[in-house]
Amino acid sequence: MPIEILMPALSPTMEEGNLAKWVKQEGDKVAPGDVIAEIETDKATMEVEAVDEGTLGKILVAEGTEGVKVNTPIAVLLQDGESADDISSSAPQADADTPVAAADDAGGKAREAAEEPTASKATAVPAVPKSEVAADPDIPAGTEMVTTTVREALRDAMAEEMRRDEDVFIMGEEVAEYQGAYKVTQGLLQEFGPRRVVDTPITEHGFAGVGVGAAMAGLKPIVEFMTFNFAMQAIDQIVNSAAKTLYMAGGQMGAPMVFRGPNGAAARVAAQHSQCYAAWYGHIPGLKVVMPYTAADAKGLLKAAIRDPNPVIFLENEILYGQSFEVPKMDDFVLPIGKARIHKTGKDVTIVSFGIGMTYAVKAEAELAAMGIDAEIIDLRTIRPLDFDTIIASVRKTNRLVVVEEGFPQSSVGDFIANRVQREIFDYLDAPIITIAGKDVPMPYAANLEKLALPNVGEVVDAVKAVTYRS
Amino acid sequence: MATAARKTSAKTKKADSKTPPAPRTPAPVEFTKEQELKAYREMLLIRRFEEKAGQLYGMGYIGGFCHLYIGQEAVVTGMAMAIKEGDQMITAYRDHGHMLAMDMSARGVMAELTGRRGGYSKGKGGSMHMFSKEKNFYGGHGIVGAQVSLGTGLAFANKYRGNDAVSLTYFGDGASNQGQVYESFNMASLWKLPVIYIIENNRYAMGTAVTRSSAETDFSQRGASFRIPGIQVDGMDVRAVKSAADLAVEWCRSGNGPIILDMQTYRYRGHSMSDPAKYRSKDEVQKMRSEHDPIEQVKNRLLANNWASEDELKAIDKEVREIVADAAEFAQNDPEPDASELYTDILL
Repeated sequence: MPIEILMPALSPTMEEGNLAKWVKQEGDKVAPGDVIAEIETDKATMEVEAVDEGTLGKILVAEGTEGVKVNTPIAVLLQDGESADDISSSAPQADADTPVAAADDAGGKAREAAEEPTASKATAVPAVPKSEVAADPDIPAGTEMVTTTVREALRDAMAEEMRRDEDVFIMGEEVAEYQGAYKVTQGLLQEFGPRRVVDTPITEHGFAGVGVGAAMAGLKPIVEFMTFNFAMQAIDQIVNSAAKTLYMAGGQMGAPMVFRGPNGAAARVAAQHSQCYAAWYGHIPGLKVVMPYTAADAKGLLKAAIRDPNPVIFLENEILYGQSFEVPKMDDFVLPIGKARIHKTGKDVTIVSFGIGMTYAVKAEAELAAMGIDAEIIDLRTIRPLDFDTIIASVRKTNRLVVVEEGFPQSSVGDFIANRVQREIFDYLDAPIITIAGKDVPMPYAANLEKLALPNVGEVVDAVKAVTYRS
Repeated sequence: MATAARKTSAKTKKADSKTPPAPRTPAPVEFTKEQELKAYREMLLIRRFEEKAGQLYGMGYIGGFCHLYIGQEAVVTGMAMAIKEGDQMITAYRDHGHMLAMDMSARGVMAELTGRRGGYSKGKGGSMHMFSKEKNFYGGHGIVGAQVSLGTGLAFANKYRGNDAVSLTYFGDGASNQGQVYESFNMASLWKLPVIYIIENNRYAMGTAVTRSSAETDFSQRGASFRIPGIQVDGMDVRAVKSAADLAVEWCRSGNGPIILDMQTYRYRGHSMSDPAKYRSKDEVQKMRSEHDPIEQVKNRLLANNWASEDELKAIDKEVREIVADAAEFAQNDPEPDASELYTDILL
């Protein structure tokens, strides 16, 4: 049967083109790879190569024709033993103005197979699946509480998980012999040796990729960044390789790993070393993002992150490393990722925060209590997946919401929360939501300016007074 | 090169006492009849598959970017003939040939190109992002150079586990100028990771000739600063590729760390389907096709040795065309992924 040669699509966006020139003429022999015609697209002149062997039996679209739609038959190729007489019966007459939609059995056209969802067909987009997150484990009565720094809690979490699973290892700059730039990995080299506690060169992009590759092969790396500021060198590997592989591989393989290290402003280290990445990574499907405040949460959530089969961004804070909290002394204290913690219950206003932002919320709460305002404080702990249920339940009760974070204001975590809350429970709100963030400036070095750039307790108190109409 | 390496090892005798002298390009080993026939069939399958992919692209069944491997078939074919079960492969976005060489099914690859549910990634990855855990194929990566760090990580895992698997990490002359390539070289050499860096030098990074983008165009030397040996290979001769691959695999399995193979090859088609390839002359392309075609070379040897008749080769061609036609038929008719797949495989 004669083979129709169709107007080819020559770029991702081409819908039509001009048939500039026929290189082969009717009656010419054609072999695979031979250039038979030249076609002008909006970007370039492209050559059309023959795919099959045969004789050019008939040219259906004359040279010089403009606006030939993709998939229109432009010529007919005759195979051995066929003649021009075989054409009329099998080849439809081409009409350059009529696009030929090559229908397939899958029920769609070849190109643009999927229809755009319209208002009337909006239900075609499946609902976002909701997964249940377990509650925090019960801490048995009488459990000993041990005063522990965040730094020690993180180290203990890693050590416990490395004892538990031979596939867990840590890599990063100065994690081994130096015992950690911030001493978080202290003692790990001595216990686990250089095979599992790996000092890397200063090469964030490279070792992040090496970590992702090792995770794709089934290991469970903990990649430490000396600070998350340096992880910007590696963000392609985190986002494009670690976060997306599971989806791109149709679920066959992913990156079970943890990227961790101090995040956000420390003290007086200025613009390039003082940035919060909660909103950045919170933006990315395929990642989980954890940002603990207390030592107990740091321990329980890091253990969970190491066990999690997904890539987890674990955002710590240098200022919090030295702060002490009570940590339950349990054999295996693991907390659920994706569950916020109600730090203090209250009835007049909900203050949502996370990580070091909690320090402002906690101090403000004390001042507010003195004014007779009973604030509920929610520590998000996890940025992604975000526990809206806990926030919504709280705001339904208090009818007022203030969100506190250190990151930049535009497209912040607080803005995301505010949008969702006003959309879901607008009628429950008695005041506009206030989101407090760092100022919209690179972090200055001067001590006075640095203070101004960060949120402060006074701002939180003022915001709460505003939403409770006490100012 | 070899002399210089010996000089260095004399100076730092203790550190290098276990490292053998840097290998040199081995002579192509003559193939047996079976090897020639296998190479012929494998390369032909890749070529016919890619021609069909180009055709389906033209018909609109394949969308987006589609980078064809036509002309470079000897590289993956020769490499695949030298590896064993458990060795891993990873590459960039010109990846269809690599998958076929790893024995992934033509149907699964083609259906991924058309974005259908029977594709290797259920239609969610496309031409540039495809994987097979079962066949140890780790993608299919769309970001130039990223797969080099990832492939180094695969080798890290091999060393960590103490198995003797080797990571075959492919990239092009263009990716060779990316920073993370050198970050990876450094770690691979420092930690003696079993990774073969296969640089498929097809002379053009999209439209930029190597001489316009690379200060050092002898890519076998790109590891010199990291003490990684490298050899140049005629990437159009599958026998030369196989010899170099044998040497490289042995080098890695013996614990010597990474090695670079500079595969001098050529792509006949544009960088992607929408590239008119105006940056090179038709004569240049024609000369490669008529004088160095990897498939023609094998075919001529098969005929000259009387190891196969024209009819027997035609029969192989027919069989290959049938596999490709079946794959294309499947890829056009397999349904698109169910809408519910939108939200699957994001997190486990």
